[in-house]
Amino acid sequence: MIQKALIREFENVLGKDGVFLNEADRLTYSYDAAVLPPVVPAVVLRPTSRETLGKTVRLCYENGLPLTVRGAGTNLSGGTIPLPGGAVILTNGLDKILEINEGDLYAVVEPGVVTARFAAAVEAKGLFYPPDPGSQAVSTLGGNVAENAGGLRGLRYGVTRDYVMALEFFDSAGEPIKTGARTVKCVTGYNLGGLLVGSEGTLGVFSEITLKLIPAPAARKAMMAVFDDVNKASESVSSIIANRIVPVTLEFMDNFTIRAVEDFSHAGLPTDAAALLLVEVDGHPAQVEEDAAKVESICRRLGAMKIRVAQDAQEREKVWAARRAALSALSRLKPTVVLEDATVPRSRIPEMMRAVEEIGRKFRLTIGTFGHAGDGNLHPTILTDRRDKEEWHRVEQAIDVIFEKALAMGGTLSGEHGIGIAKSRYLQQETTRGTILYSKRIKEALDPKNILNPGKIIGVPSVEQAA
Amino acid sequence: MYDMKKLAGLVKELEDQLVVCMRCGMCQAVCPVFAETGREADVARGKLALLEGLAQEMFQDPEGVNDRLGRCLLCGSCAANCPSGVNVMDIFLKARAILTGYMGLHPLKKAIFRGMLARPEFFDRLMEWGSKLQGIFVKPVDDLLGTSCARFVSPLLDRHFKALAPVPFHKSNGRVNTPSGASGLRVGFFVGCVIDKVFPWVGEAVLRVMEHHGVGVVIPKDWGCCGIPALSSGDSQTFNRLVRHNARRFLSARVDYIVTACATCTSTIRKLWPTLAEDLSAEEWEQVKGIAEKTLDVGQFLVDILHLGGQEKESAREGVGVTYHDPCHLKKSLGIAAQPREVIKANPSAVLREMAEPDRCCGCGGSFNLQHYDISAAIGRRKRDDIARTGCSVVATGCPACMLQISDMLSQAGDRVQVKHFIEIYAESLA
Repeated sequence: MIQKALIREFENVLGKDGVFLNEADRLTYSYDAAVLPPVVPAVVLRPTSRETLGKTVRLCYENGLPLTVRGAGTNLSGGTIPLPGGAVILTNGLDKILEINEGDLYAVVEPGVVTARFAAAVEAKGLFYPPDPGSQAVSTLGGNVAENAGGLRGLRYGVTRDYVMALEFFDSAGEPIKTGARTVKCVTGYNLGGLLVGSEGTLGVFSEITLKLIPAPAARKAMMAVFDDVNKASESVSSIIANRIVPVTLEFMDNFTIRAVEDFSHAGLPTDAAALLLVEVDGHPAQVEEDAAKVESICRRLGAMKIRVAQDAQEREKVWAARRAALSALSRLKPTVVLEDATVPRSRIPEMMRAVEEIGRKFRLTIGTFGHAGDGNLHPTILTDRRDKEEWHRVEQAIDVIFEKALAMGGTLSGEHGIGIAKSRYLQQETTRGTILYSKRIKEALDPKNILNPGKIIGVPSVEQAA
Repeated sequence: MYDMKKLAGLVKELEDQLVVCMRCGMCQAVCPVFAETGREADVARGKLALLEGLAQEMFQDPEGVNDRLGRCLLCGSCAANCPSGVNVMDIFLKARAILTGYMGLHPLKKAIFRGMLARPEFFDRLMEWGSKLQGIFVKPVDDLLGTSCARFVSPLLDRHFKALAPVPFHKSNGRVNTPSGASGLRVGFFVGCVIDKVFPWVGEAVLRVMEHHGVGVVIPKDWGCCGIPALSSGDSQTFNRLVRHNARRFLSARVDYIVTACATCTSTIRKLWPTLAEDLSAEEWEQVKGIAEKTLDVGQFLVDILHLGGQEKESAREGVGVTYHDPCHLKKSLGIAAQPREVIKANPSAVLREMAEPDRCCGCGGSFNLQHYDISAAIGRRKRDDIARTGCSVVATGCPACMLQISDMLSQAGDRVQVKHFIEIYAESLA
């Protein structure tokens, strides 16, 4: 339990409305979107200004209270699940877009701004903020930066990291830190932003984020290619990129997912197809035409049964509605959905596809696979019921093997969902023992009391810390 | 002290439905209450987690859970946007019934639901006295909107509410039974409490339209409330009683369809009568199911059955600007959005101009408005702003509860915008 005196101090800073103590309220901050056991925090704090955010962090530091920062709680690896007895700091009271600068192509935001709201505000000015994680309708930019979130457009436009120009954050003692600038070029000081992006709240608490914007593309074109063989589809993916075409999105759906989507949304998908590729190219209208024609001919040459090119915005919308429905459609089939995101170099996609299929057979599990084929980030989605202990055990085994296979192909544990609690025990498999120690030493130096989202990414500290 | 084991057991019955929620949090994008408060306990994911917490005996605070379940408009925005298809409404209504059954119904609610609502005749008489006496307590504030506010300090405080009509619909139209005309159809008209007691002219408009289309109308004597106020407060006893009471009356009317001009009544009859009414015999259940399937929103009846509208009118015509608010219980519960717009366009002098986010909840939510007026009004003000920005002189909708809320919000802002049911707009063109 937290001492009464400290609660009074929090209330002095945040007001009574900004300190949630009731058990029922605290329970609603015990989980995120990962399939992991909930942990109820001792207190939930909701600052509404950057200044009170800093004071809140400082109070946690002075009292050795572990803190977990939470945006929308959509994390898929348990990064926002707090520590027992710890505090949750909410950022949704810090939701101001401070500036959109059309001349210098950047925007400054508070960490609690919702991604889709920001993207819409930017679009209204004819500019473009490309990172579009699946949860963008609710996810916050602070969370996106902390997780280095990706999305469907990663292939051409990169991920959140590629858009962070500058950061202001509080260190574990609540001291304000600044890094980066509003300029395209900046080599002033250590590249702290590089360390903080994707650090999952373990190294600092963001208070202000400066993001790069780009001009919106003049034209885009979407198409759907139907294959009777998964190999032909994945070869088309490799061939498109080998032919120097970089689509905005190059998405894959397997037969199981196609059937689930069709049952769910009756979009007219070919349920007998072994695989679908959903492709979108963008840019100058002439280049879009040329790229679209090339993609079409490559897919045909490699054996696509049918290609549907969207003729207008409505048809384009249909193509993407099918893709967006994938997770919904799959998740309706079974109570528990485990969405994996082990990622491989894209040339290994055909091999990874076969491996996932074999794993599903071996462990007698239903796995639907869809995802960002263009950047090697597939989402094998295991459908299960977490109440079935025996099956859940097989799910865990299957995940282990998926990681093993991905790593053996030169891939990585997580493309965009983060390590959090869910994958921290696999970290050494991909890196080295020294890498973990090196990371732990950074963590210990920057967060000597180990209060910043402890236990995430690198697990427990190497030396027991006195809080 | 409550027997938590027993309660956990009861809540566990919801487990198969609760486990469908994968905690993705997408409901945060659409929940009108969450948009105001930013509190996870106010959004569906948080409430589902609380119920699961009770079922797993993670904590012991049924009152806390019940309070938080009550902070919900039952607008269904979350369910309509849920990727995994969690049956949120069903779960929340059942949970309210379980918790209320467990902790007991609040004495005031008990007096209202069991003493009044469950006894339609007595309820009617009581409200008639109310309409005669209300002048003592309230004074009119806006002639155009027909709103009033309290004369003295009262729990109604600064609301601008619609007063009870001097003569309720059931007084001027007791038992109606007209033969089918040119259409060859006869419908039962389920009037609903708010139209009966506050907006009787909406009921009149329905009768006028049906007459124009040669549709016979039956209004059985002593029809009662659809039951949603009781059900949403967890009083399944009163709900069951009202379902049975109404089903019997409409069954004996032998009609082709049952129409209502109240989105909430339609959605309650169609979706909640067959799924949540308990203690029905197999035969009664079949009858209730049959009635539910026959029940249509009046706009849906006119467009889908009588094929009203369909022709595109020339745009940029002169006329009265009308904007339309989608009631949650029409659009999100039943997917009815195009038909009311067709009905409005069937009036040649109406020009439909859409507001931003026409399907954003107005914040009324029935008794939510009484218990959480601050949040309700904050949500309502967004709707008021969207309406005002259209520059229309009329806002139409398909639910008398939305009409109450929107009238309050426009009146407080001093807007000169009339609030009408879409059926009134069409009926005006038939005069």
